[in-house]
Amino acid sequence: MPDLRELYQEVILEHSKAPRNYRELTTASHRAEGYNPLCGDHFTVYLSVEGDSIRDISFQGSGCAISKASASMMTQSVKGKTRAEAETLFDRFHKLVTGQLANGRRAELGKLTVFSGVSEFPVRVKCATLAWHALHAAMQGKQETVSTE
Amino acid sequence: MITARQRLPRKLRSPQLPGTGVAFDVDKVRSHFPILRQRVRGKTLVYLDSAATSQKPQVVIDAIGSYYERDNANIHRGVHYLSEHATEDYEAARRTVQGFLNAADASEIVFVRGATEAINLVAQTYGRTNVHAGDEVLITGMEHHSNIVPWQILCEEKGARLRVAPINDRGELLLEEFENLLGPRTKIVAVTHVSNALGTINPVQRIIEMAHRGNIRVLLDGAQAVPHLKVDVRALDCDFYAFSGHKVYGPTGIGVLYGKSALLDAMPPYQGGGDMITSVTFEKTIYNNLPYKFEAGTPHVAGAIGLGAAIEYVNGLGIDNIAPYEHELLAYATDAVSAISGVRLIGTAREKAGVLSFLLDSIHPHDIGTILDQDGIAIRTGHHCAQPVMQRFGIAATARASFALYNTRGEVDALVEGIQKVREVFA
Repeated sequence: MPDLRELYQEVILEHSKAPRNYRELTTASHRAEGYNPLCGDHFTVYLSVEGDSIRDISFQGSGCAISKASASMMTQSVKGKTRAEAETLFDRFHKLVTGQLANGRRAELGKLTVFSGVSEFPVRVKCATLAWHALHAAMQGKQETVSTE
Repeated sequence: MITARQRLPRKLRSPQLPGTGVAFDVDKVRSHFPILRQRVRGKTLVYLDSAATSQKPQVVIDAIGSYYERDNANIHRGVHYLSEHATEDYEAARRTVQGFLNAADASEIVFVRGATEAINLVAQTYGRTNVHAGDEVLITGMEHHSNIVPWQILCEEKGARLRVAPINDRGELLLEEFENLLGPRTKIVAVTHVSNALGTINPVQRIIEMAHRGNIRVLLDGAQAVPHLKVDVRALDCDFYAFSGHKVYGPTGIGVLYGKSALLDAMPPYQGGGDMITSVTFEKTIYNNLPYKFEAGTPHVAGAIGLGAAIEYVNGLGIDNIAPYEHELLAYATDAVSAISGVRLIGTAREKAGVLSFLLDSIHPHDIGTILDQDGIAIRTGHHCAQPVMQRFGIAATARASFALYNTRGEVDALVEGIQKVREVFA
């Protein structure tokens, strides 16, 4: 049986209560919304991209503990990265939460490995990836709302 | 040949179960529902999501199995033995529904896929014929999406206007405001009998009286009402009544539209096809009589027979025994859950049935649902297909425990313990 503490790790609960980079970015060059109509989770991700690098990133919105903590930690992880690096991180993160990332590759995700417990809760994968999908859409320059449904 | 009616255990027809001395023996009732015996995630299943779909008693499962084992044939056409019996059972189920709703005639009972299809049928037939540019359709602020969107589609097509009667902070319809919104342009009133998100029982008798004073037709969405309340369409004098089989212990994919025969007769068909015709030439088609005019194609015969068995089951227990038991259980749950620190109930109407929607501190309902699920407790979390209700209360979602005739105080206690555990995880 999956362990609740594996899912709701202290770091995740802490980020959900006090999310980082939780603000509108007035200087944003890119933005996108992520919406999960099933549970009503709704985030906007703001990006300030210079050249190929993500100079600043922030988010706002409402959602469950998993989606909010994931958004918060995502902003910390991709700040200063290039677009390509951010996409690679998303790819690895997606593999992590769907249980497809080999243990030996986890280190590359750093703190984001706290979300590994999500793989035991398949219906929560879309919560963990909602902000990442919005980030991806923002980098693609898409203006419409992306949905994880 | 064994029909669904004959397969029902005799004892279930008596409102007083033998050997118990009580009007409602929940342990006995639970033994009729095989799914409730299983363990999920290593825990005893506590199923508190019957407003989404109810579980099925063995008599319903057997009626469906037996139909496919012994009686399966297409209806209304065959001259052979099986077709005759399948047709007989299908029409017997219609008469069972007729009695359940106290409709004047079995031809006023149209089998559809569910409440959603029933409402769409009325919007696309009665609605398209009678609603014109500048007219109005009146609903309430507590409707399920299935009683909003079909009317929006109609209004958009016709250039008509959808009006919404507001609700108060308890989740009750503001009857005066509702009455003020009735006017010469109002062509249809569509109201839920019981709210799926809030549990509110609407004063449908008064709503119908008000609408009828202006000669306005009324559709009631009874999806959440029929499992919990006695419904008498003639006493209510309602024009249309819609419900889904699967919420009243029957199978999915079958539901009912009741309509007064004069209205149904005057309405154009909903779908064209086989069975809904009397004669077809390339020049002209003559439509069949009621209710077949609205049942194009081979219907869900097994579903209708299963629904008939479900209603026989409810009749056997007696809605007069079920309703007070469920009422007491909801009161017990309301007291127990609202006593938990940090709980806020959404939907505190004075008249309620079946539903307890709540929030816990600032914890998202999805997190509540996941944690309860680890203890085998199934609740619904989200907007419950009633986003305007969520907007009315300024929230994104609720956690919703919903109750049926097989739920117990012990299960409410398990829910309370589970909610305490959620608080501990998020402490």
